[in-house]
Amino acid sequence: MKSSPVLMSYTRDDLKNLLILMAVGFIAIPLLVQTDYWYTSILIPWLCLSLAAVGQQIVMGYAGQLALGAAGFMAAGAFALFNLELRLPSLGFPINLMLSGLVAAAFGILFGLPSLRVRGIYLMVATLASQFFIIWMIDKFGWFKNYDSSGIITAQDIVIFGKEFITPLEMYVVVLVVVTILTILAINMTRGSTGRNWMAVRDMDIAAESMGISLLKTKLQAFAISAFFCGVAGALFAFTYLKSMEPVAFDIKLSFRILFMVILGGLGTIKGAFIGAAFILLFPVVLNTLGNEIFHGTIDATIISSIELVVFGVLIIVFMIYEPLGMAKLWDNITSRFRARKKQASPLTGSQKNA
Amino acid sequence: MDAEKQTDDTALARNFPIGEPVLEVKNISLSFGGVKAITDISFDVLEHEIRAIIGPNGAGKSSLLNCINGIYKPQGGSIAFKGRVLDKISPNMVSQIGISRTFQNLALFKRMSVLDNVLVGRKLHMSSGFLSVALQLPGAVKEERENREKCEEIVEFLEISDIRDTPVGKLPYGLQKKVELGRALATEAEVLLLDEPMAGMNVEEKREMCRFILKVNDELGTTIVLIEHDMGVVMDISDNVVVLDYGKVIGDGPPEEVRTNQEVIDAYLGVAHD
Amino acid sequence: MTELLFFIEVVVAGLLAGTMYSLVALGFVLIYKASSTFNFAQGAMVFFAVLSFVGFMELGVPFVLAFFLTILLMALVGFATERLVLKPLMNQSEDTLLMATIGLGFVLEGLAQAAWGVEVRRLDLGIGDFPIQWIIDATGLFISALDLTAGLVAAVLITGLALVFKYTKIGLGLRAVADDPGAASSIGIPLGSIMLMVWTAAGIVALVAGMMWGARAGVQFALVDLALKALPVLIIGGFSSIPGAIIGGLIIGATEKVLEVYLGPFFGGAIEGWAPFVLAIFFLLWRPEGLFGEKIIRRV
Repeated sequence: MKSSPVLMSYTRDDLKNLLILMAVGFIAIPLLVQTDYWYTSILIPWLCLSLAAVGQQIVMGYAGQLALGAAGFMAAGAFALFNLELRLPSLGFPINLMLSGLVAAAFGILFGLPSLRVRGIYLMVATLASQFFIIWMIDKFGWFKNYDSSGIITAQDIVIFGKEFITPLEMYVVVLVVVTILTILAINMTRGSTGRNWMAVRDMDIAAESMGISLLKTKLQAFAISAFFCGVAGALFAFTYLKSMEPVAFDIKLSFRILFMVILGGLGTIKGAFIGAAFILLFPVVLNTLGNEIFHGTIDATIISSIELVVFGVLIIVFMIYEPLGMAKLWDNITSRFRARKKQASPLTGSQKNA
Repeated sequence: MDAEKQTDDTALARNFPIGEPVLEVKNISLSFGGVKAITDISFDVLEHEIRAIIGPNGAGKSSLLNCINGIYKPQGGSIAFKGRVLDKISPNMVSQIGISRTFQNLALFKRMSVLDNVLVGRKLHMSSGFLSVALQLPGAVKEERENREKCEEIVEFLEISDIRDTPVGKLPYGLQKKVELGRALATEAEVLLLDEPMAGMNVEEKREMCRFILKVNDELGTTIVLIEHDMGVVMDISDNVVVLDYGKVIGDGPPEEVRTNQEVIDAYLGVAHD
Repeated sequence: MTELLFFIEVVVAGLLAGTMYSLVALGFVLIYKASSTFNFAQGAMVFFAVLSFVGFMELGVPFVLAFFLTILLMALVGFATERLVLKPLMNQSEDTLLMATIGLGFVLEGLAQAAWGVEVRRLDLGIGDFPIQWIIDATGLFISALDLTAGLVAAVLITGLALVFKYTKIGLGLRAVADDPGAASSIGIPLGSIMLMVWTAAGIVALVAGMMWGARAGVQFALVDLALKALPVLIIGGFSSIPGAIIGGLIIGATEKVLEVYLGPFFGGAIEGWAPFVLAIFFLLWRPEGLFGEKIIRRV
């Protein structure tokens, strides 16, 4: 039986886990990790993409709407932040970051409209429209890129309350703060009535409607919030990782990667978004390193990238067949087995708990 | 005469005596691409009563419920709730005015826990927006806690507390039926439409379910409309029975009156047709 | 007059390009009809097929032999997919199947890349991408020989397949299988061989589509993205209709060209990238089951 909440809707275990994770992220990593490479090439992109995956998770894993266009919303967020920083610098970075999420959310509502009529593959095609349209729009209208002749824009420096955040560690902290806040908000929503409405629509829309849930409101809300998360993620991705960018950086391939993150990570869990993002991001890195270590560069880069594609594809098929709830579920199984063993090791505490 | 007396007797013992018509179905007709499912059906459901709808397979019972619930749009006729004719009936709107239901083939939220399923039934009692839920504002936290407690009560009432955190997709059929009843109860609707709440259950489970239905009706005064095949159950618990056959009403009245109706007997024994 | 001529030219070029979309869409429809699976990997199959074909040719295999070798390879791919992917997922939801085929698409892309490399290949079918003189002489229209050939080949292939599925036992079996696989196999319809035939047909369609695209733009990775354009075609035509795939392809082809030529300049061009998808959305709102698809009635 679940223990009862001690603070808001959090149980003692939840709070403990949250504190441990925050201690690792805010204290242990900054103290232990000294190489810039880890921040710029692993931690920062991982956090940004995890946030986008949380967005994808909300619309797909929770609300059950098969959307494929996360990268489009990320682009909307990224270029919105660039323009806000350019044109309204006085608002400050935090406000502008939030506004760029809202810009993406507006696109989310617009392109979420077809979800009221269609589902599954039909919806996927409709959301692809957003992907192609947003990228095209940014590409074709010079205003979005401040008429830069090369079509590549450079993100402004991050300044918050007069303090510049420029070094990899500083940027990591900015990203971590935003991702932590938004993830907690996401968890709150998914555990509360908001998330229940999404899941009810996902699992059985007619019954949900019969319980008084408005499909229109619930679906569009999920699209908007999802796009908001993707938008903020895109803005952070652009400002802390890419730094200079063109719209192509947010093409359909990135949307597919984010889709894979939630499928492999596990649909319908926030944890799955982070695990999936870590896997999709790290696997190629590991593969490359292994390739270099073992074959000393004799192995062709093409081969490595093909192995990557094949492995991702095979994993998706295998997970769909054997564990549709993805890596998060595997992780849960492992930890619960571990816990069960620990319980066995100390029978006294085990029986006390049961009593 | 006899029947009237019977009703009066039970009314004395009831917390909520049977009252005026609360749901009036008038001349409803429904067809699917030329095939008539329901033809010109009319009957009243009285406040606080348990009303059974019976009839052979394919008689149009579920279709009728789906019309009242707004999932199917009848081609003709009207439905009135508390004297007001409903137009533009949709499942959402019907739930808002205080009619809730269960489904024949179970329509639970399979990947959600038992408690979460029941909590969805509280939707209309929870008004916090997504922002206050996200920010865990005091109002939202309080609302969540209160509704959770309410649902814990329902889960306890139905004696399914031990499985409250299990995803309903993993439960056996009989328990799923109970969860669905729990979700419908959670709405605190004035009228419950139960589509074969006891299908596929053994005698023991059926008796238990009957007990719950009677208890809900007695303690909360909920008007109950149920579709059921088990005649024993129907005769035991219902105040009035509507009998459908081939999409038409062939009998309407208290159980003992319906039981002796020749047309009903024929329909059930398959004398007239087949 | 010249304006009208130009408009006709644009429409004709669009229609001919549309037949390419039709071909790719046709592959989707074949698999959908047989196994009710939306095979997202069809685009990757196009790429895989034509890349293998070019690869065989580079190894010195003659044209015709390479063609049949590729078809054999595609049949194998189909067989493996049926056994390893679709069968274990038989009773899963449509969305799960769809995601599995997305995975399959990546496997095929990866395999093709690993086997044949990433560089853009030229595919010379001996037909130039230049206007045909006698058509210019006769009508004044500039129509590319390659476009016309591709259109004709697509038309022949589509007609052939439509006839096969309409009038032969295979077609009848296929329709039975699509309706109810269990019932079909219980009355003695060989499920396995029907499936194999459908996958082979989808493979042939993929190869031909790939060859036509490849001859114009080179055999390259971008073919996979081009194949995404078959998705709006399917929405317009319906997932289970062969005529739908054809007409959908023609509508998309003609509309995107006309829009590009007449509206594109006002928006900086390249609206072909999204116009078909937006068009598909309008169709979805107007007629979600597609022009020729069956109306879906949801029962509770």
